[in-house]
Amino acid sequence: MSDAVYQMIFGRLTLDALPLHEPIVVATFGVVALGGLALLGLITKYKLWGYLWSEWFTTVDHKKIGIMYMILGTVMLLRGFADAIMMRLQQAMAFNGSEGYLDAHHYDQIFTAHGVIMIFFVAMPFVTGLMNYVVPLQIGARDVSFPFLNNFSFWMTAAGAGLVMASLFVGEFAKTGWLAMAPLSGLDYSPDVGVDYYIWALQIAGVGTLLSGVNLIATIVKMRAPGMSLMKMPVFTWSALVTNVLIVAAFPVLTAVLAFLSLDRYVGTNFFTNTLGGNPMMYVNMIWIWGHPEVYILILPAFGVFSEVVSTFSGKRLFGYTSMIYALIVICILAYLVWLHHFFTMGSGASVNSFFGITTMIISIPTGAKIFNWLFTMYKGRIRYELPMMWAIAFMLTFTVGGMTGVLLAVPPADFVLHNSLFLVAHFHNVIIGGVLFGMFAGINYWWPKAFGFKLDRKWGLVSFWAWVVGFWTAFTPLYVLGLMGVTRRLRTFDDPSLQIWFVIAGIGAAIVAVGIAAFLIQIAVSILNRDKLRDETGDPWGGRTLEWATTSPPPHYNFAFTPVVHDLDAWHDMKSRGGKVPAEGYMDIHMPRYTGAGVILAGLSLVSGFGLVWHIWWMAGGALLGVVGYAIWHSFDYDRDYYVTADEVAETERAGRVMAGA
Amino acid sequence: MANHTATTADAPHFWETEPHHHEAGSSTMLGFWLYLMSDCLIFAMLFAGWGVYGQSAAGGPTAPELFDLKLVALNTAMLLFSSITYGFAMIAAQEDNKRATLGWLAVTGLFGAAFLGIEMYEFAHLIHEGAGPQRSAFLSSFFALVGTHGLHVFFGMIWLTVLMVQVAKKGLIAANTRRLACLSLFWHFLDVVWIGVFTFVYLLGSMQ
Amino acid sequence: MSHDAHAAHDGHHGEGGAAHATRKGYVTGFLLSVVLTAIPFGLVMGGVIDDMRITAGIVMALAIVQIVVHMIYFLHMDTKSEGGWTLMALIFTAVIVVITIAGSLWVMVNMNRYMMPPMPPASAAAPMSDMSGM
Repeated sequence: MSDAVYQMIFGRLTLDALPLHEPIVVATFGVVALGGLALLGLITKYKLWGYLWSEWFTTVDHKKIGIMYMILGTVMLLRGFADAIMMRLQQAMAFNGSEGYLDAHHYDQIFTAHGVIMIFFVAMPFVTGLMNYVVPLQIGARDVSFPFLNNFSFWMTAAGAGLVMASLFVGEFAKTGWLAMAPLSGLDYSPDVGVDYYIWALQIAGVGTLLSGVNLIATIVKMRAPGMSLMKMPVFTWSALVTNVLIVAAFPVLTAVLAFLSLDRYVGTNFFTNTLGGNPMMYVNMIWIWGHPEVYILILPAFGVFSEVVSTFSGKRLFGYTSMIYALIVICILAYLVWLHHFFTMGSGASVNSFFGITTMIISIPTGAKIFNWLFTMYKGRIRYELPMMWAIAFMLTFTVGGMTGVLLAVPPADFVLHNSLFLVAHFHNVIIGGVLFGMFAGINYWWPKAFGFKLDRKWGLVSFWAWVVGFWTAFTPLYVLGLMGVTRRLRTFDDPSLQIWFVIAGIGAAIVAVGIAAFLIQIAVSILNRDKLRDETGDPWGGRTLEWATTSPPPHYNFAFTPVVHDLDAWHDMKSRGGKVPAEGYMDIHMPRYTGAGVILAGLSLVSGFGLVWHIWWMAGGALLGVVGYAIWHSFDYDRDYYVTADEVAETERAGRVMAGA
Repeated sequence: MANHTATTADAPHFWETEPHHHEAGSSTMLGFWLYLMSDCLIFAMLFAGWGVYGQSAAGGPTAPELFDLKLVALNTAMLLFSSITYGFAMIAAQEDNKRATLGWLAVTGLFGAAFLGIEMYEFAHLIHEGAGPQRSAFLSSFFALVGTHGLHVFFGMIWLTVLMVQVAKKGLIAANTRRLACLSLFWHFLDVVWIGVFTFVYLLGSMQ
Repeated sequence: MSHDAHAAHDGHHGEGGAAHATRKGYVTGFLLSVVLTAIPFGLVMGGVIDDMRITAGIVMALAIVQIVVHMIYFLHMDTKSEGGWTLMALIFTAVIVVITIAGSLWVMVNMNRYMMPPMPPASAAAPMSDMSGM
C-alpha cells in the first residue's frame, strides 16, 4: 500500500504509536486490559448489558446520571492518583545522579495528565454529579429542566475522559503541563499528538459541562417547588446556582482559547506563535480568564455541602444564611477580576499587578465570612460527629491554611519569589484537596443513604478520613518547605542531596493517601455487603432539614408523589416540626420524560470524531461530525419524548416504598 | 386549593394534592437564552483577540488596504433584511398562518444564503490575494471572528431548513412554535454580533 | 413539574421570552437599524469628519444604540419576560463581556509595553517588531 493511501486511511496513526517498547506503559496496558476484559466478561456472563443499557446508559433520571458522574469521577481519581504517586516516587528517587525510573518524555506526560484528569475528570464530575443528584430533590422537582440534555452532557464528559485514557495507549498525552501554555503547546515545540488529545478531550468534555450548567440554572430558576422563593432556597442549591452561572460564563472562554490553539496547530494561524504577529502571552491571559472562575466552580459546591452538613449535624439553622448568599454572589463577580494573579511574573506593570493583587485579597473576605458562619453555626449547637461532619471540620482547618497561603501569593512581590515553586503546588493542593475533595467526601457520606437507602460503614470511613487528613499534611507540608527554599515545580531530577529527605516524606504522605483511597473503596464495598444492617428505613437518617430528606431512600424515579409546598427556609425541618404529613392516597398521574439512547450515540460519535482529529484521519473526523449533525437532526423529528406514570403505578410504588411519616 | 393533609389546626398546606397543568417546555426559552449568553462570551473572546491582534499585520497587508466597505455594507443589508423577514415569519406563526410562515422562513433563508455567499466571496478573494489567515496574527483574528460568525449563520440555516420541514409536516404545534422562537433568538443574536463585527472590525479597522 | 424542551401539547406559546411581537415593532426596529447602520458606514466611507477619533467615537456610540434597538425590537427584551431572568442574564453577561475584553486589552497592552520594547531599526526584519505598535 502506498504511503499516500495509507495516510488517507490512517492519517498519522502508525504502529509506532503503540508504546510497545515502553515496559511501564505495556504493563499498565496489560493490567487495564485484563481488568477491563474481566469486567466485560462478568457483565456478559451475568447478562447485565441489557440492564445497564436500558436502566443506566440511556437514563434521563437526574439521580442515576448523578451517580454515573460520581462513578466516572472515582474511576478517574484512581488514574489521576496513579500519576501522582508515580511523580512522588520519581522525585524521591532522582537524587545524587540518579535519573529515577521515568524518562523526561514520560514524566512530562504524567504531570500533565495528573493535572488535567484531576481537574476536568475527577473534580468536575464529582461536583456536577452531586449537583445533579441533589439539586432537583432539594427544590422539590421531579427532574431537571432538560433531562435528555443531562444524559447527553454526562456522556460528553465521559467521552472526553475516554479520549484522555486512549492517549495512554495510542500515542501520547501532552507534555506541556495541565494548561498547555503556548508557545510550548504550539506546533513548533509540540508537533506530536499529545496536545491534540488535550485539546479535543477538553473541547468534547467542555460541551457537556456547559450544557449541564445551562440545564441546572434553568432547573433552579424554573422548577422550584411552590413557595420556595430565592431566599428560601437551600444553601447547596444556591451554591449550585452560582457555580453553574460561573460555568456558563467561563467555559466559553476555554472553548475560545482552545479553538485558537487548534487553529494554530491545524490551520497554521498565528495567534500564539512567536512569529508573524502572534503573541503567546495572549494564551496565558485567555486561559486564566477561564482558569480563575474554574477554581470557584470547583470550590463553591463544596462550600454548599459544608453548609448543609454543618447545619444538619449541629442541629441548628445555618448561621448568617443571608450573608452566605451575598458572599456567594460577591465571589461570583470577583472571580472574574483576579485572573492576572496567576501570571504576575509575566511582566505587567505596577498598576496592573497592584490592581489584581488587591482584588485577590478582597475575594478572601467573603470566603472568610463563610468560614465564620460555619463556626457560628457550630457554636452552641448539638454537634454529632458523624463522618460528614468530621470531613467538614477537617476542611475548615485545612482549607483555612490553604486560603492563607493563597493570600500570601496574592501579594505580587511575594509571588515573584514563589511563582511556579512547590509552595504554589502545595497551596493549590491545600485548597483543592482540603476544600473540594474533602467536600466531596463529606457529600458522598452525607447523601449516600439518600441515594441507596443505607448508610456507609463508619469504621472504614474513619480509616479513610484519618488516612486522607494525615496523608495530605504529610505529603504537602514538605512541599511548602521546599517551595520556600526555592524549588520549582515539575522538576524530574535534583542536584542538591539535602532536599531528598523532604521528597521522601512527601512520598510517604502520598502512600498514606493511597491507604485513604483504598479505605474509601473498601468502605463502599463493606457497606454494600452489610447493607441490611446499615439500612435506613426513614428516608431521613441524619435528621435533615431540606426537602431531599422528605422522600423515601432511594427516592422513586419521579422523586415526589406530591409536589411539596414550601413555607420557610429548611422546608423539611419546618414540615416535621409542624406535622405536615405526606398524603397516603389521592395519587395523580405524573408526567415524565422517556429514556433515550441518543446521548450515548451523539457522544460516541463525538469521541470518534475527536480521535480522527487527533490523528489527522480526516474521513473519520468529518464522517463522525456529519453523523453528529445528522443524528441530532433526525432526533429532533422525534416529538414523542414523554409519558405519564399513572396514578395507580404511583400508588403501587409508594406502597412498595415506605409511606412517609411526616413527623 | 383544598388541603386534605392538615392534621393539626396550625399545620399549613405542605403538599400539592390537586393536579394542575404545567406548561410543557416552559424552561426552553430561558435555557436557550442562557446558551446564547455563553455563545456571547465566545464572541467576546474573539473580539478581545481582534482587539489585541487587529494591528499585528507583521509587515503584511493591513486592514485599510484589504477591507472593501461597499461589500460589507451590502452584506450588512442582507442580514438586516433577513432579520425583518424572520420577524414576519414569527408574526405569521402567531397568526397561525402556516403558509405565510414557511414563505417568510424561505425568504429569510435566501437572505442568509446571500450573506454567506458574499462572505465566502470576500474570504476567497482575500486568500487569493495572499491575505489568508496564516499571513499574520491580524488576519488570523479577522478570519477567526468573522468566520465564527459565518459558521453560526451556516448552522442557523441548517436549523432553518430542518424547522421548515418540521413545520410543513407537523404544522404550527406548540413544540414547533417554541423552536421557531428559539431560532428567532439565535438569528437576531447573530445580528447583534454582526453589529459588533462591522463596527469594530470593518469600520474602525478601515480607519487605522 | 413537567419536562422541558420537547412535549407537544395544545397550541399556544410557551410562556417564554418571546412576548407577542407586532408587525409595527419589527418595522420600527428595522427602520431604526437601517438608519443606525447607514450613518456609521456613511461617516467612514465618505470621510465626513476629519478627526478620526471623533468618527470612531460616533461609530461606537451608534453601535451601542443599535444593539439596544435590536435587543428591544427583535429580541423583545424587557424586564418582565421569564420573571426578569433573561434581562438579568443579559446584564450579567454584558458585565463579564466588558470585564474580559477591557481587561484583556489593558493587560496585553501593558505587557507589550514592558515585555516587547520596539526593536532597533537594524533588526527591523525581526518578525516581532510589529508588536510594539499595540
